[in-house]
Amino acid sequence: MANGTIAVSEKSFYEESTNKHSGILAWLLTTDHKRIGLMYLYTISGFFIVGVILGLLMRLELIAPGETIVSAQTYNTFFTLHGVIMIFLFIVPGLPAIFGNFFLPIQLGAKDVSFPRLNLLSWYVYMIGAVLVLVSLFLPGGPIDTGWTFYIPYSVRTGTNVSLAIFAAFVLGFSSILTGINFVTTVHRLRAPGMGFFRMPLFIWSIYSTAWIQIIATPIIGITILLVILERAFGVGIFDPALGGDPILYQHLFWIYSHPAVYIMILPAMGVVSEIIPTFARRTIFGYKAIAFSSLAIAFVGYLVWAHHMFTSGISDTARIIFSLLTFIVALPSGVKVFNWVATMYKGSIDPKPPLLWVMAFIVLFSIGGLTGLVVGSLATDIHLHDTYFVVAHFHYVMFGGTGTIFFAALYYWFPKMFGRMYNIKLANWGVGLFFVAFNMLYFPKFILGYMGMPRRYFDYLPEFTDLHVISTVGSWLMGITMIIVFGNIFYSAFKGPKAPRNPWGGVTLEWHTASPPPLENFHEIPTVTREPYDFSQLEEMNDESK
Amino acid sequence: MSQSNQAAAVDHHVHRDDVGAKMGMWLFLFTEVLLFGGMFLAYAVYRFQYPDQFKLAALELDTTMGTLNTIILLTSSLTMALSILALQKKNKFLSIINLVLTIFFAFGFMVNKYFEWSSKFSHDLYPGSETMLNKQDGEIVFFGLYYIMTGLHGLHIIIGIVILLFMLVFVSRGSVTHDNYVKLENSGLYWHLVDLIWIFLFPLFYLIH
Repeated sequence: MANGTIAVSEKSFYEESTNKHSGILAWLLTTDHKRIGLMYLYTISGFFIVGVILGLLMRLELIAPGETIVSAQTYNTFFTLHGVIMIFLFIVPGLPAIFGNFFLPIQLGAKDVSFPRLNLLSWYVYMIGAVLVLVSLFLPGGPIDTGWTFYIPYSVRTGTNVSLAIFAAFVLGFSSILTGINFVTTVHRLRAPGMGFFRMPLFIWSIYSTAWIQIIATPIIGITILLVILERAFGVGIFDPALGGDPILYQHLFWIYSHPAVYIMILPAMGVVSEIIPTFARRTIFGYKAIAFSSLAIAFVGYLVWAHHMFTSGISDTARIIFSLLTFIVALPSGVKVFNWVATMYKGSIDPKPPLLWVMAFIVLFSIGGLTGLVVGSLATDIHLHDTYFVVAHFHYVMFGGTGTIFFAALYYWFPKMFGRMYNIKLANWGVGLFFVAFNMLYFPKFILGYMGMPRRYFDYLPEFTDLHVISTVGSWLMGITMIIVFGNIFYSAFKGPKAPRNPWGGVTLEWHTASPPPLENFHEIPTVTREPYDFSQLEEMNDESK
Repeated sequence: MSQSNQAAAVDHHVHRDDVGAKMGMWLFLFTEVLLFGGMFLAYAVYRFQYPDQFKLAALELDTTMGTLNTIILLTSSLTMALSILALQKKNKFLSIINLVLTIFFAFGFMVNKYFEWSSKFSHDLYPGSETMLNKQDGEIVFFGLYYIMTGLHGLHIIIGIVILLFMLVFVSRGSVTHDNYVKLENSGLYWHLVDLIWIFLFPLFYLIH
């Protein structure tokens, strides 16, 4: 701090507000993208913990055949709520709304997003949706029990609170669309001088692709949900086979959104990986343009594969063959990314800090998830494995092993920047290790169970499945302990951790050029970008600056 | 491109970026098109599945009413565009007159729609009614689609009326002016989209027999 002029405005965004209020109102009425990102972090983490608890209860029920702790109907509501909460309240908004909000403007060298007030509105819309989900649990009729896919005709026939719960999903979709519009506009309009499209960090590219999917795909689920609600309320006959409607059409419309939504969940995670690997390998990313365009390719091809969820629903053979082929094609851009990541680490100067360890866990788990995706993507094997635990294991490897793992990677990577404090590295390393063990113990037996014929969504099973179910349940306990360690470390360090320097990992993207935590409008002056995003030759210069 | 970036970045402290605001609006309209697209898709599927019953059901609709509403809505799009043009030419008074006319036409459309729907209701033609349940599957689906699509379109008209009322206040108070009219322009874009969707709904329900 030799320079006196800088010291004048050393206040971080925690100490300066965008409005005249202080205390809780300064947060609730803020238009600062960083505060909004943190508000998402707190709420989304809260719902994640609720989802985890539901998952633990389900595993406990499955520790022995027959009724163990809950009735069959309660179990139905458990797996539905676990799905709805984890998908609509945690994974879909998770990375874009938390880390996208916090770091997209900073990495672009902007002061905020294009529409700051709309950004705050998105958070409120998200909260309204979340509250509606919670309200639907306690109203007469009982919690929704259809599974998170809300398949017709059961979702029209059941007496539970389907309408309110899916209306909540509609509202959450609205929040997602608004965030997407905001981010696309921000990327086009608010890049710092010199920040061309090919100088954007790859996290931005992935958020940009994600935002496009949010814009293009989410309205379809919106209208589909409205149609189901109207079907329940008035019997309009669009989907109800008794009135001339077609339940298969519902499945098409549902998956036209919900498959691209899978890429809403995974693309930002891939972006985070593309940030973390260069930083800890001290080496520019291998194949920058290939990774950037593969994000767009995934966004595009991912839109054309939805019917692979419907191989056993009664669609034509021609359609099934085409969709199976397209499913194999969508694996290519993901493969491009994995090879480029590994190539980046090759001959790099690797520094195995916790964020990189999370990423390594990700690469293994996500590869297992991706490869088993090909097993269910090919017609012949899918007929055997459809609606079994194999599918459950597959998407938990992709979603939890993929996006979930990267949620923690991102948290551990950017925590010092967001909170200005450092966590306990040793405990963090233990967290990753335990996570990896617990994860495989919890989910790998499900591949075998599914292969043996255990159907998904059943609360009871044959005695010969008992051993594998017990292993899985014990794995879930270990996972619960891991979550306590992983979140506990973050929670404790947010208050008591030692002060973090401005650039603890030696990253070079723009967020490491500003203070930890950043000032209100991110930079004291708008940076001018003159280099490639992962040019590590500037690292020494940066270190000098910060002294 | 980099030039315009720079401008946006420099201007940002006054929070004004008209190009950005319009870009956001176009993206939003895109999602609206997709929202209705889902229903047009359902329409296409069921028209293919029940061609004869759709024809039969369409005969029940009142083409005169539909035509009248089409004319009303097209005219309102004209007055909307004129309102923006007038403001650009610094004629605030004419702009307000045209806005009022647009809102007037929008109400006219809704009143018309009200009479149309209630005449259907008086003939016992609504989802779940006894007459309806005795009809063939294709006719039930036709009327289901008719009510949902025109209903959702009507909801967009109502939202449009609210937006235009706000614009009326903004223009008359002078917060939307000849050199800062992006809000009015965006409202106009929305209004034209609502109009455009009707242009597709009208032939699909009223004209194809």
